Amino acid sequence: MTRQFKWDSGIGLLGLLLLFVGSYIGLFVAPSERYMGEVQRIMYVHVPCAWNAMLVYMLAFIFAIISLWTHRPKWDAATTAAAEVGIVLNSLLLVQGSIWARATWGVWWDWDVRLTTSLIMLLLFAGVLALRSFVHDASRRATWTAIATIVAFVDVPLVYFCVRWWRSLHQVQSTPDTVAPMMVVPLRINAFAILFIAIWMMTQRARLELDRRRQDQVSEPERLAPIGGSNNA
Amino acid sequence: MNLIGQALTVVRKDLLLEWRGKGRLISVLMFGVVTLLLFSFAVGPDSTLLRAAAGGFLVLALLLSSTLGLSESFRVEQEQRAIEGLLLLPVDPIALYYGKTLSNTLFLMLLAPVLTPVALILYSVQLDLKGLAVLLGLWTLAAAGLSAPGTLYAAMTSRLQSQDVLLPLLLFPLVIPVLMGAVKSITLILTGDPMSQVGSWAALLASFAIIYWSLCGLLFPHAIEEGI
Repeated sequence: MTRQFKWDSGIGLLGLLLLFVGSYIGLFVAPSERYMGEVQRIMYVHVPCAWNAMLVYMLAFIFAIISLWTHRPKWDAATTAAAEVGIVLNSLLLVQGSIWARATWGVWWDWDVRLTTSLIMLLLFAGVLALRSFVHDASRRATWTAIATIVAFVDVPLVYFCVRWWRSLHQVQSTPDTVAPMMVVPLRINAFAILFIAIWMMTQRARLELDRRRQDQVSEPERLAPIGGSNNA
Repeated sequence: MNLIGQALTVVRKDLLLEWRGKGRLISVLMFGVVTLLLFSFAVGPDSTLLRAAAGGFLVLALLLSSTLGLSESFRVEQEQRAIEGLLLLPVDPIALYYGKTLSNTLFLMLLAPVLTPVALILYSVQLDLKGLAVLLGLWTLAAAGLSAPGTLYAAMTSRLQSQDVLLPLLLFPLVIPVLMGAVKSITLILTGDPMSQVGSWAALLASFAIIYWSLCGLLFPHAIEEGI
């Protein structure tokens, strides 16, 4: 137990440290962008959030398939953890994107393909968690969460493709060849920083889920009539 | 009895129930008509605006009515625990799913003959016979796309306390591709399609339906393995 604690807390701390270093370079060392100016520096958290949100949702999808296949509680906990962390990153992504859009395009919101897809993705996975919260039986909850996660994830490419047929305003992604080297460094550092923090949050959340499940499994009579009648309130 | 025979028996059972009760169809139809009427109040009596938005309103009326119809399709099974009897029968769960999905698709298709004329009259849109036929085809694809995930989620939420909230919450973001495809293509039919884009949107609707009919058919047996 103690070793496990060290393992994932270490990853979390490393993530925080990297986030500090990456953001420092991004804010003070990297050159400012020619057209957008200082506001472009939000990219150093925005793009890593986008990458990691997609990665974490994909993990949720993979965990959901394994959970449906094996019926093991730990995979259900992993699916839930990944879906929840995905929602956190996705929300951050939308807020940062909105701030950036206001500064560069002059609007808080635009019906751009990636922006719209991220919002729909957030709603899809929020629905999964809403369904989960209404099911009381642990084993059925695990199966239904896995099913809803799979159904939601398969929709993401369809939504993206569909929204793309509308006019797109989002700037084309830059590649390392088109930006200054000092812009690539903080971006990469922050990508790993957020990945590590996401892993740390997922392990914490999965452990909490398993603990809750164990607590639910404590049979009613045991809780109602403690042996010796000592400390159970 | 093979899989198709079993599925068709489920469809027959559902249609018979519908025919004898008629309550669900009539109330959902009325709901759709009222929705169409309310949309015109939201826009105002501007016939140009109404005509431009007619396709969108028609599809939204279908979408909103569909959640009522879908949730009702499994609520009848919960009455007197009919679902337990259904699951005890030697019927393959896959056949049960496809039977239910097909009957839900047929149910949503039945909304078209009433909602389309009402929309055409209220929003003063002209449509020739060929256009009407294409519109019905698109409506069928949209109904099939809505029913596939809709039936799965209706089954899963049918016994939960908050089905009325949960079903739209799960279904609406999921069927956005259907909504977009149907709105775009039906609007093109109603207002003219100079670039011949209807085909691509119809292909999108068809792909959504195919993907979700296959995926949900695979997942449904897992969803009901511990009863619903």
